[in-house]
Amino acid sequence: MKALVAKVAAAAFVLFARAITAVRAIWPEEGLPAKPCVYFANHSSHGDFVLVWAVLPPRLRHRTRPVAGAEYWLKSHTNAFIGRDVFNAVLIERDRDKRTQDPIALMVSAIDDGSSLILFPEGTRNQTEERLLPFKTGIFHLVDQRPEVDLVPVWINNLNRVMPKGEIVPIPLICTVTFGNALRVAPGEDKEAFLERMRAALLALAPKPAGSGE
Amino acid sequence: MTAASSDLVTLVFGIFGVLIVASAVGYLLERRLATDGPNAAVENLNARIRAWWAMVILIGLAFIAGRVGVLVLFAFCSFAALREFITLIYTRRADHWALASAFFLVLPIQYYLLWAEEYGIFSIFIPVYAFLLMPIISVLRGDTERFLLRVAEVQWALMICVFCVSHVPALLTLDIPGYEGRNVLLIAFLVIVVQLSDVLQYVWGKLFGRTKIAPNLSPSKTVEGFVGGVASATLIGAALWWITPFTPVQAGLLSFIITLMGFLGGLVMSAIKRDRGVKDWGHLIEGHGGLIDRLDSVVFSAPIFFHIVRYWWSVS
Repeated sequence: MKALVAKVAAAAFVLFARAITAVRAIWPEEGLPAKPCVYFANHSSHGDFVLVWAVLPPRLRHRTRPVAGAEYWLKSHTNAFIGRDVFNAVLIERDRDKRTQDPIALMVSAIDDGSSLILFPEGTRNQTEERLLPFKTGIFHLVDQRPEVDLVPVWINNLNRVMPKGEIVPIPLICTVTFGNALRVAPGEDKEAFLERMRAALLALAPKPAGSGE
Repeated sequence: MTAASSDLVTLVFGIFGVLIVASAVGYLLERRLATDGPNAAVENLNARIRAWWAMVILIGLAFIAGRVGVLVLFAFCSFAALREFITLIYTRRADHWALASAFFLVLPIQYYLLWAEEYGIFSIFIPVYAFLLMPIISVLRGDTERFLLRVAEVQWALMICVFCVSHVPALLTLDIPGYEGRNVLLIAFLVIVVQLSDVLQYVWGKLFGRTKIAPNLSPSKTVEGFVGGVASATLIGAALWWITPFTPVQAGLLSFIITLMGFLGGLVMSAIKRDRGVKDWGHLIEGHGGLIDRLDSVVFSAPIFFHIVRYWWSVS
């Protein structure tokens, strides 16, 4: 019963996201990887993973799990239902001192189980004027353990204008989700160089901001 | 069968005939030109023809559903157009409620007023009340950064996408003696003449276009395309007099005004696209770009056509 409700809720989220944003996906020339991979995206809105999830082809969508903060998604019954049951999120504890499970181990086991991940390496929602915050190191530790995993950069455009922080009514605006070609960690690549390369690959997908004046 | 519905059926068969011919031509072109790999121009042409089928069928269904169907269809057009427009303009956090009310308050009220046939308030609701309300809502957050620009852009978005678009279904509210129950054909007349004018300008331009008419705004528009397109669409409009309350000469004259406004509207809208650095308004209709790309000429001709018909033919 709960599974059915979750399924209906997921469909409703996707439908609502599409109705408001008329979201359009732009695919990479090489196509999406067939094997489990990590989609890493910029993060400016609560709806980010819904939008990535909504545009993925259904056969890939069903085995793609967003990585999200446990603190937020277990805060209430509703949040837990949406996070855990509807989107099947990999919930990680962000607080280093209080955590009981290793986030990297959780992500690795999800990939080993055949799931793809949606990851926001900025770690938190970007509410600054900067286009992209510095990356957290988690994604590096992940590929350190599974270097054969494809990393797909995903730029989500305009969603922050649809529903800025603190607003409850979304404004219908057209959003695009741009997927780049998959990358992998190079043998012997150090952490700083890797994170910088990932960040540059993501920024390269960002279009000129629409409606930003010049 | 009433006279109105038999005319509608004749019209629909006529349009289907044109589309069948267009599809056949597109198919032949694809067979002939795409022998050495796909041809971008032909692919775009065929995508456009397919989209025309979808648009004609959609409008046809709305006509069958009657007044409510037409209102819902154009309300949706306003919504999608407003979404495309506001995506491209400069907005700030402080405009959030102004924008939300444009979508969820002003747009539904405008179409409700049409449904209730409250012409007095319908005609001034946006240019008076909404235009005063928008800056008031925006100013409450105290953000003055490029304030006039922000207010002006939202107001114009409403003007184009809601006010002007709503004048197409407003044709249903006109009370023309001897034309009762046939108003939906006025919408058909307007849309057919405007869209044929666009298509024919394109065709004439492709065949005989030499002199660019506005190279800074739209490199594909030519004097030859303009003259040929307007002239042929005017003649076709005159030949469609039987679905209107006009005489053939009047239908021709109105078609001429409609096509002229449509052409100029296309120029204005393409100036906005140039300014924003985009080629299309969106991607809603395959081969055509966004909804506004298809609607731009209708938007400018609809209010003028409406007012001319209201002034000289309507008794309401």
